[in-house]
This record gives sequence, C-alpha cells and structure tokens, in this order.
Amino acid sequence: MTTLPSISLTARAFEPGALLTTFCAGRDETGAVASFVGLARAERGQATTLELEAYPGFTDAAIAAFAEEAKARFDLQDYRIVHRIGRIAPGEAIVFVATAAGHRRAAFEACDFLMDYLKSRAPFWKKQHGPDGERWIEPTARDRTDAERWD
Amino acid sequence: MARVLLFGRLADQAGWRDRTVEAGSIADLRRALADGDAALGEALAGPGVQVAVDKAIVRGEAVLAAGTEVAFLPPMSGG
Repeated sequence: MTTLPSISLTARAFEPGALLTTFCAGRDETGAVASFVGLARAERGQATTLELEAYPGFTDAAIAAFAEEAKARFDLQDYRIVHRIGRIAPGEAIVFVATAAGHRRAAFEACDFLMDYLKSRAPFWKKQHGPDGERWIEPTARDRTDAERWD
Repeated sequence: MARVLLFGRLADQAGWRDRTVEAGSIADLRRALADGDAALGEALAGPGVQVAVDKAIVRGEAVLAAGTEVAFLPPMSGG
C-alpha cells in the first residue's frame, strides 16, 4: 500500500472508482476514508474541452509540499491525489483526492482542504475551448475565499 | 546559456514554449527576450508573473549557469 505513488499527474483518463478501491484495500487501522472527484463541466455547451497545463517537476513538487502539510495538520495516515493534465472532455474526471485517517472528521476536512488548494493555488494553467474560441481561466473569487477559510 | 520555458498565456503570446537563450543572469535574459519581442518582454514583467530557476521560485536576481532552466509562470489558475 505504501509503494503506490501519493501524487500523479496524468494525461490519460482515469477511473475514480478503481482508485478508491485500491486506496481502501488492506487497511485495518484506518477507520475513515474520504474522497472527492471533480468532473469537467460542459458549461451548457460553452466548454467543449478543458486544457490543463502543468510544469512537470514543479507542479507535482508544489502539490506534494502542500499535501504533506495537510497530512501533518489533520494527522492523516496517508492520501492519494490524481490530477489530469492535457485535454479533458466534459464529464471526464479531472481530479481525485482520497484521504485516510483514524476518524471521519480529519478525513473529511483534509479532503476539503486539499481540494481548496488544488482549485485555487496549485500551479496549473487552465484553458477553456468552446464554440467561441479559447480563453485562459483564472481562479474565481469563490475559489479564493474557499481557500482562505483555512488560513 | 539558459533553457527558457514559458507557460499558459505567455507561451501563447510568444508563439513558443521552450527555447535556449544566451544569458548570464535573469536581467540579461529579460533584456534578450525583450530585444527579440518587446510585447513579450512587457508581459514577462507583468503583474503576477513569477520566475522559477531550476524549478524553485526566485524573487529578484539570479546568476544563470550553463544549462540552468528558467521558467516564467503567469498567475496560476488551480486545477
């Protein structure tokens, strides 16, 4: 179980259920696993493709540093983060986060904390392609206030 | 010689994302890039653009050895 990578950036579609099954396997002292799956929205036809750019070696290191902080802060046993990069179609999973702790509160809160970071501060650059062309997207005000809840 | 990487809208604007440039410092590099493309030079100095040298954020000046990787990072969007 500890031989699996904690963080993956992948250009290929992934199956969240399979990741969760693997993450939950072989635990007899965990008690609580919380998970979150983010899916690409079609935005009522305005988004035909989402394109996510990462800086390999920098993006994963930044996420790892933050996740280790979350692990200490919420006393997690471990976590798993899988994030898509490249071109993503509506309905496909963009991000999977799972957290394991002795009790549910820590697992829920750490999962929420990690997602607020990933949505607002993680080093990705996001472009939306649609019928009217393409545009770069920056974090929304809501994403920022969600992240500031933890400061 | 530095290996220069551009991300997000900076790469779109420049029309390239990976290039080798002769420069001994960040300031040298900014000058060299602005000489070739004034609009890009301005964008690289724009608000929220961060610089990473060998994958670590650097604020201000840094000496660039041969083969150093310098990345210009526009404001990050999150995933």
